[in-house]
Amino acid sequence: MKVSELVKKLDLTVYSGEKGLDREITGGYVSDLLSDVMGKAREGEIWITLQIHQNVMAIASLKDLAAVILVNNLEPQENTVRHSNEEDIPLLGTNLSTFEIAGKLYQIYKQ
Amino acid sequence: MSPANIVSLAIQRGLDIIGITDHNTTKQCEVVWKLAQKSNLTVIPGCEMTSREEVHCLGLFEDFDALRVFQDFLDQHLTIIPHNSTLFGYQVLVDEDENILEELDYYLGASLDMSIEEVEQKVHELSGIFIPAHIDRPRNSLFSQLGFLPPELKVDALQISKLADENVVRAKYKISSDITLVKFSDAHYPEDIGKTFTIFEMIEPTFAEIRKALLREDGRRVTNT
Repeated sequence: MKVSELVKKLDLTVYSGEKGLDREITGGYVSDLLSDVMGKAREGEIWITLQIHQNVMAIASLKDLAAVILVNNLEPQENTVRHSNEEDIPLLGTNLSTFEIAGKLYQIYKQ
Repeated sequence: MSPANIVSLAIQRGLDIIGITDHNTTKQCEVVWKLAQKSNLTVIPGCEMTSREEVHCLGLFEDFDALRVFQDFLDQHLTIIPHNSTLFGYQVLVDEDENILEELDYYLGASLDMSIEEVEQKVHELSGIFIPAHIDRPRNSLFSQLGFLPPELKVDALQISKLADENVVRAKYKISSDITLVKFSDAHYPEDIGKTFTIFEMIEPTFAEIRKALLREDGRRVTNT
């Protein structure tokens, strides 16, 4: 599934990185410890987190992730948005909690 | 960890300078500083802050004017969570004679609603020293929470935990040789005071000299034990 399709399906906000909306999603990863994501996330995954720091995008780029979803209506920091645009990795948002959005994403991928 | 106990143990164990950095409060610093005035012990007031990313970092200040402004910043930005003393112990402020002056009813382990860069900028705006704490620990550290040193963060040094090996930490996290590492005891209990320390090579035990030593200016430097 492409990031753009998931945005429609889960009614996600697109903060930035629109050029990356046709990236293909291969799975998901949930963590708020960036050191953990550096070690465990795999290429093409969509990352759900509550961290809004600019390092999030650097790690998304390093791991070649499909996109990042910020939960709980959290808005990204300015330089996080900038990095997302530079790296063409979509930075998305939802008003749902991590538990809820991860549940929905899992349902989609189970099918 | 009463103020009088901290001062007497620090002197007894041969320390020349100590920093007082409670979690997200500066309110106990002045009493410790006052008690040390009768001795040669230098007390640097400060705080161990929790940033929004839950990174612990140290702020040290030259005087109590700066410290008071910083306390206002903490009051404004600390997430207020009612304190549970059964779970986390009592949070009391005491005077020189250990009389309880106040019990804080909000949890001091909560985080500020400011990013680590915003906290750093506030410390530097007040001419303070900013040092991310126990960077090698698997939780609440710069590297656990943020993966790597953010390029725009201005650190005066990085603190490694008491059992850490400086060279191992440098290699593991690819820390530039330009950044000074310090090894404070991070004492939470009296027995920890002076368990490890950093030697500052400088002219006199003043805040300005401490900063110079951390930044390796004018031949000043630090060595870890």
